[in-house]
Amino acid sequence: MSIADKSTAKPRKLGLKERYAHLTRGLGWETTYQPMSKVFPFTDYEGIKIHDWDKWQDPFRLTMDSYWKFQAEKERKLYAVIDSFAQNNGHLNITDARYVNAIKLFLTGVSPLEYSAHRGYAHVGRHFVGAGPRIACQMQAIDELRHAQTQIHTISHYNKFFDGLHDARHMHDHVWYLSVPKSFFEDACSAGPFEFLTAISFSFEYVLTSLLFVPFMSGAAYNGDMATVTFGFSAQSDEARHMTLGLEIIKFMLEQDEGNVPIVQRWIDKWFWRGYRLLTIVAMMMDYMLPKRVMSWAEAWEIYFEQGGGALFEDLSRYGIRMPKYHEVASKEKGRLSHEVWATFYNYTQATAFHTWIPEKDELDWLSAKYPETFDQLYRPRFEYWKEQSDQGKRFYNNVLPQLCVTCQIPMIFTEPDDPKTICFRSTLYKGERYHFCSDGCKDIFLYEPEKYIQSWLPVHQIYQGNCGGATVPEVLNWYHMSLGNDNMDYQGSPDETLWNEWTADRHKSAI
Amino acid sequence: MSPLVSITFQTTDEARPIIDAIAEDNPEATVNVYPSMTKIDCPGRLVIKRSSIEHRIGRAFDLQELQLNLITLAGNVDEDDDQFVLEWHTAARSA
Ligand SMILES: [Fe+2]
Ligand SMILES: [Fe+2]
Ligand SMILES: [Zn+2]
Repeated sequence: MSIADKSTAKPRKLGLKERYAHLTRGLGWETTYQPMSKVFPFTDYEGIKIHDWDKWQDPFRLTMDSYWKFQAEKERKLYAVIDSFAQNNGHLNITDARYVNAIKLFLTGVSPLEYSAHRGYAHVGRHFVGAGPRIACQMQAIDELRHAQTQIHTISHYNKFFDGLHDARHMHDHVWYLSVPKSFFEDACSAGPFEFLTAISFSFEYVLTSLLFVPFMSGAAYNGDMATVTFGFSAQSDEARHMTLGLEIIKFMLEQDEGNVPIVQRWIDKWFWRGYRLLTIVAMMMDYMLPKRVMSWAEAWEIYFEQGGGALFEDLSRYGIRMPKYHEVASKEKGRLSHEVWATFYNYTQATAFHTWIPEKDELDWLSAKYPETFDQLYRPRFEYWKEQSDQGKRFYNNVLPQLCVTCQIPMIFTEPDDPKTICFRSTLYKGERYHFCSDGCKDIFLYEPEKYIQSWLPVHQIYQGNCGGATVPEVLNWYHMSLGNDNMDYQGSPDETLWNEWTADRHKSAI
Repeated sequence: MSPLVSITFQTTDEARPIIDAIAEDNPEATVNVYPSMTKIDCPGRLVIKRSSIEHRIGRAFDLQELQLNLITLAGNVDEDDDQFVLEWHTAARSA
């Protein structure tokens, strides 16, 4: 045998497309011991018709060996940064300790959702029939668990020094404003597998999470928080794959059967609105909680939804899909959302596991410049008035528990789409009971599935029914595992502020 | 103008040659720099070529390595061994 013969006999290295085809083909089969409908009991009841599961392909064509290789590389990089952050007292390099309050909101509001996503994808990864989507969902289930873990590890460093970070899981399951993200995800996880993917992979991850992670993480970098930006970007590098799964699953459903189109459209409408309402806390983080700001909520909405989402829905229009219902209401609200929400948290600071404050003068100026049509007219005078009151020792607290929207569970604080001076109230009667909503979007969602939403665990109702530790603020806070005077109230006068001032005073001294 | 496809990378030493390759291979692309990240927008379609990246870094490059520095994207993805394509089908149709 000549040398030339030997080299041609060596097996040719397979291309990406072939490797992926080998991974997915033949992995799923028609069962014979049990009927398919018993092995995969959830694939039909939502009304989605799939004729050929093999038509679904992961466009990244990621195989298991590459998956493990790249994920290991991401973890190595991340933990190198986390270690050096801890070794070098990285928390001393943030712009201002007020910033840490955004991290508190993240750990209690967002990280538990990563864990819920892990469970949700593990579930649908079991219940889809096709090998392609099953593998993609299983990889994502592992990614989401990684996100929850790395966020907890990273933020644990802050927990050594700052208040409000000690019991995120308990808070997520109990605290009033955290019922908003919690119920959002439980709504998705208790839906069928196709709706779950439309909700989380498409509406949330593809259409909306760039608004959560990108400006916020860029903001973390800008505010000197190397640890958060690193876990954020590490998670986000998986997100590009998750977003792609979201778009592919939508196209797959739409291509498989024309009858799927109206079902998918209704889910897009529902989950766009659910996701958008959830992002109100992000709007507030961007405009109020980052001491150094990257872009305003309104700007982020324009770039990531109006521009990015506009292109996406134009692409999907060839299947008969239109923009999500009430997207124009979201655009009308972009100049007021963050202000209405920050004002609410300022009013209820006695019951939040993070600190609030009135923005400094230069920060108010930034808001005036970013929101020329709304801020000076509607919000700045209110913040200045509260500041004046507070300076006179008459800090305003709202001691009345707010009415909640049954669907999104946010207090009824939003204003009419065409009138920012009137609170938007909607309601309906169902089986003799009246239910209240913050918007037409939330009301529509309820009306389509009232039996689901009448079971909502609404924090205000639960407090009044005596299910949250007692009838007084200290009793409820105790039930939340919040430490009165440490975790809650204004930043000004908080233990966080005292500690930060000591550190920075030392820094100035040693600099002299 | 066709709708924009978009891809965002961390601004790292590894991503810089990738960003440069994209900018050169897609003359219509705009490169926007934000704190710690770079967002590249391009009307309709954007191509990332393995050969252009390899030419810059002087070693073999697996396009799946893009995922290590990728933050987010907008557009339909199609990847094989030689190129990573991002496009809107609306733009392809009207072109
Ligand atoms: Fe995640
Ligand atoms: Fe994800
Ligand atoms: Zn609502």
